[in-house]
Amino acid sequence: MVTLQILPYSEIEHLASLSRIRKILNIAKENKIVLIQGRLKKEEEAELIKTTMEEIDKDFQGIELAVIYPRESKEEGMISNIKNTLINTLLGDRQGLTIVGPASIVKQIKKDPKKIELLTTEKRSISKPKSKPGSAKKRK
Amino acid sequence: MIDKIKDIFNNFFNKFMRKKKDMKIGLYGPPNGGKTTLANRICKDWIGEDMGSVSNVAHETREIQIKEQINIKSKGKELTFNLIDTPGIATKIDYEEFIKAGMKEKEAKKRAKEATKGVIDSIKWLDDMDIVIVVLDSTIDPYSQVNITIIGNLQARKIPVLIAANKIDLKKSKIKKVEAAFPQYPVIGISAKYGKSMDGFYDKLFEVA
Repeated sequence: MVTLQILPYSEIEHLASLSRIRKILNIAKENKIVLIQGRLKKEEEAELIKTTMEEIDKDFQGIELAVIYPRESKEEGMISNIKNTLINTLLGDRQGLTIVGPASIVKQIKKDPKKIELLTTEKRSISKPKSKPGSAKKRK
Repeated sequence: MIDKIKDIFNNFFNKFMRKKKDMKIGLYGPPNGGKTTLANRICKDWIGEDMGSVSNVAHETREIQIKEQINIKSKGKELTFNLIDTPGIATKIDYEEFIKAGMKEKEAKKRAKEATKGVIDSIKWLDDMDIVIVVLDSTIDPYSQVNITIIGNLQARKIPVLIAANKIDLKKSKIKKVEAAFPQYPVIGISAKYGKSMDGFYDKLFEVA
């Protein structure tokens, strides 16, 4: 089963960069996929990768990360620029979506202008036979 | 207006500082893009020796490698710099991948541990770079988050960038896709392995520097 946790930006906006990264990573380490409403700063993305690397061990292989930016407006000009500046000022240039998933669950995140594909890893559990084939024959 | 004046001042200051100290040119990118192959090609072309070992198994370069005082010349221009080859940046490292590539468990675990440290060092060194050559494998999708994060960080730090779309000798190579992914940066298609389009690469490097 795959668990998806939605993280509204309001839950992390008051946090300092390192605490924000810590919160996201803690959720991913619980084997949950985090969907963050908003996006991290570029420097925070690099810090997230750095912190992830520091914590890799036999149980945690890292993360898959994808940032989806809002579609850029094709209209150019002063009005569009003012509109974008205003939105960025209000939201702190954090528009978009961020997906962080543990690498043990998320194999790849493919981005397409119209869709996001999240490919999960296939884990096949091979159940051990209760008795050896040879021993079953013996019982016959 | 104030931002523009700041930018002009910063550009002037950065150019002045770059000339004063040894210029550092970093090779960055995801694993297996061909950073060390390009580093070797540059070193062979100008100082006649290799810089590091290359392998098909990811994370062959796990430590920062530095080659000092490389002097290149093109069309009457001259550029002297220290070349920094960095470990590939990744968001995940699984030692089992190295086992699949034929390594023993102990060796694979050691490689994975060193690779994680290598990624951390690469990110730490970003601030020290004067110019960065982002080396991408032109046969694979350039829209990966690692590429976007690396280039975004360079942009945020106002570090000049040249994108080397490597492996153009391969049939699957798609330079146009790399150009479309990062239209705001100069892109040059090369084959570091066979030295293809290296003259064009050096010309672009002079333009960026």
